[in-house]
Amino acid sequence: MIELVRNVRLWFAPERIKEEGTTPDYRFSLANERTFLAWLRTSLALIGGGFAVDQFLPDLRWAWRVGLALGLLGAGVLCALRAVNHWIRCERAMRKGEDLPVSRFPALLSICVAVVAVAMVVVVLVGWEG
Amino acid sequence: MTGPAQESGIGRDPGLQPERTRLAWRRTTLAATVAAVLAVKAALSGGPSAAGFVVCALFCGLWLGFLAVAHRRIRALSESGQPTVLTPGHASAAVLCTVALAVCAMVLVF
Repeated sequence: MIELVRNVRLWFAPERIKEEGTTPDYRFSLANERTFLAWLRTSLALIGGGFAVDQFLPDLRWAWRVGLALGLLGAGVLCALRAVNHWIRCERAMRKGEDLPVSRFPALLSICVAVVAVAMVVVVLVGWEG
Repeated sequence: MTGPAQESGIGRDPGLQPERTRLAWRRTTLAATVAAVLAVKAALSGGPSAAGFVVCALFCGLWLGFLAVAHRRIRALSESGQPTVLTPGHASAAVLCTVALAVCAMVLVF
């Protein structure tokens, strides 16, 4: 938790990251940036999916539709916040020459996406009459 | 292709890292555009109304904010010489636009 607060403070105080360790090869930083962007795209896709559920499944019952849309949008928010947090942690680990941080977020996200996908199939098949 | 890096005498990065990063930003703006178009469609789905237009303007503003952030970074990456590293403030700005879009969407859907 303290680690998280420290990271959030770093988001808004860019000069502080330079105080630690040595500057890594710029190519590693750019690779880290691309990973960050890939996560941000995942987040934007989840947000787009939330809109799509709300817009293109109008025959669904209100609770199902709003629940699925809010779930996807919430996953998008989490994914975006985690993207910047992971980027900061990787950047700092590279500066200090430590191992890159490991994370169970990708596993959690893929399980969530799988659950939502199965829910969509069930909802589209069953919820149509409702 | 003769890039600016070659003209200034500095060897081109054989891994094309700045170009790849630039294109990654470009792809991300495309993803943001798709999300923004869906958002505007959702905002105007209930027929034209004052509230709908306000929400629509808000989504457009967020999209433009994201484009501005991406454009600044793309310009920085296109410069010759060794590219500068992404700053945390810049990354946070891009993420804040995304999160704001999602939060507005949640309010709209609910």
